[in-house]
Amino acid sequence: MQTEKLVQDRILPVAVIVLAIVAIWYIGAHFMNAPFQRDLDRRANVTSTAADFFKKTMSQPKPILPAPHQVVSNVFENTFLRSVTSNRSLVYHSWVTLSSTAVGFGFGTLLGILIAVGIVHVTTLERSLMPWIIASQTVPILAVAPMVIVVLGAINITGLIPKAFISTYLSFFPVAVGMVKGLRSPELIQLDLMRTYHASTAQTFWKLRVPASIPFLFTSMKVAVAASLVGAIVGELPTGAVAGIGSKLLAGSYYSQTIDIWAALIAGSVLAALLVALVGLLGRIVDRSMGGRSA
Amino acid sequence: MKLIRRSWQGALALLLCLAALPLLPLLGPDAATAAGNGVTVLIFALIVGAALVSFARLSAPILAAILFVGVYAAAWLLIGLLSGNEGHATSAFFPLIAASWLMAWRCVSALSAVETRSATTEALLRLLIPAIFGAWILILWEAVTRGAGVPFILLPPPSAIGERLASSVPILWADVRQTIFKAVLFGYIVGCAAGFVTAILADRIAFLRRGLLPIGNLASALPIVGVAPIMVMWFGFDWQSKAAVVIIMTFFPMLVNTVAGLSASGIMERDLMRSYASDYWQTLVKLRLPAAMPFIFNALKINSTLALIGAIVAEFFGTPIVGMGFRISTEIGRMNVDMVWAEIAVAALAGSVFYGLVSLGERITTFWHPSNRS
Repeated sequence: MQTEKLVQDRILPVAVIVLAIVAIWYIGAHFMNAPFQRDLDRRANVTSTAADFFKKTMSQPKPILPAPHQVVSNVFENTFLRSVTSNRSLVYHSWVTLSSTAVGFGFGTLLGILIAVGIVHVTTLERSLMPWIIASQTVPILAVAPMVIVVLGAINITGLIPKAFISTYLSFFPVAVGMVKGLRSPELIQLDLMRTYHASTAQTFWKLRVPASIPFLFTSMKVAVAASLVGAIVGELPTGAVAGIGSKLLAGSYYSQTIDIWAALIAGSVLAALLVALVGLLGRIVDRSMGGRSA
Repeated sequence: MKLIRRSWQGALALLLCLAALPLLPLLGPDAATAAGNGVTVLIFALIVGAALVSFARLSAPILAAILFVGVYAAAWLLIGLLSGNEGHATSAFFPLIAASWLMAWRCVSALSAVETRSATTEALLRLLIPAIFGAWILILWEAVTRGAGVPFILLPPPSAIGERLASSVPILWADVRQTIFKAVLFGYIVGCAAGFVTAILADRIAFLRRGLLPIGNLASALPIVGVAPIMVMWFGFDWQSKAAVVIIMTFFPMLVNTVAGLSASGIMERDLMRSYASDYWQTLVKLRLPAAMPFIFNALKINSTLALIGAIVAEFFGTPIVGMGFRISTEIGRMNVDMVWAEIAVAALAGSVFYGLVSLGERITTFWHPSNRS
């Protein structure tokens, strides 16, 4: 009964929509690739039947919009059939991006938590720093990315660190704001109880504020990990296309390898979904081990 | 009542002044102009005086005002010393800058402690405190880059950026027009409208909602900026391709937030509407859309930043010879770092203005919401 409902209410609608998207994609691919194919046919003096023509638009080497099966086979080939250390392997590029994402995310989370603790406990910081942190969100930070990379490259800091720096910049904000909210989430009555226990500030912090902030922390970490992946990908754009999903995108756009671009996009999306799911899982485990009730 | 109060910033500032004394003069022997004795004495007098005042038991506004004047005079004199002598500051210079920064901190904490009932003073303080903080970031940046002679390519001092900003207004304006008034605005409006209409559709058809929402939630985590090279390939180098990226980036946040907002009205209120025999559209316009407004504005705010990012990043993949992303990537190639920073300052300003306008719209339309009542 339960599973039947799950299939009917959850899986079926999503499946139908996904199928619709794939169908639209095929039709779109046919029509967008058709002019070029017609051109090719005219030059080669071939007249093909409609079915033949359709097949040809689905199998161009550099199509304007690659058909889904071309992208899927490219992803499959570059993920499972190549050796992991190969320059063409998507696993290799994903790994490069993932490592700078992870480093940046780690530092960003740490920085965000530190800032939040400072803001909650020092009034001067709250009143002078908080408006700037909020203002920093309205700034298109990613625009700074290429400059940070090139400038750090000019003083011989290359590779992982500059990309991780951008990821840090993008991921500290959600964590800082979420943690400030979380550390402030205990109600007055609970804080009063701590005072009647004669608890010190540190004790209140560890025994009341930190446990109360954990759900907020993981919610904002999910946003932060997605942001730091975007940061790492954009950070790879100006490094001269060495390695990583971003460089794969750039190389694809230079050489019009559309299938490669789409494959890199799929790889990035899978990576994002995995990272968010991982953080969510971690959050659930921590929540359960702290005795939280499932909401 | 004690006549003095504890001021660790003051104590530390005095110590720093003491530490700076044996390291004098302020400028190295090969500097173009030596630091005059009068100026040096004046700087010391200002900082030590401010530090001593910070121990006095004065009322907070007076203390803050005295510190404010003293600290900025000292900082201004210190930075004035540097003009023409970049990179020649001795190790006596930096303790003094640090000491005046500490006194500025003291000034801010005195201001934060001010309790006021009048709304105007409160608003003024709310502006003044972050402004002092921001000014000190600029002062420290200027003092460190010019005092220590940090290479220009690494980090230009803010004064150079300001000069570049003022001298290249026409170029910057052309970039803003290309990127913001063409690509961002068009994409933002179309993307948000499309997301909104789709959300209404999804609200009418439950099947569509169940199918679209999980996909929309997933899409918010995806690196959508990555479609930029594809869009540039499809729509060419001009602003249309950037607008397309912006449309795709702004669509999903709007969809997800509007759908969430449409279910924000309570069952009681919906029952009331039904007892008035109002049809779907009447309920939508009179009850559910107003209730959804906070969510919709949340999406508009998120999208204002996303739209700028999308347009600028898309310009890295190919543009006509104008535009903010184009300027950033070419000027960095020519090592004109001050121009890049000027462009970033403009982008930051544009982003803040955009966000501010959306917030203003929110205040006007959702004046009834608890978070806007004060």
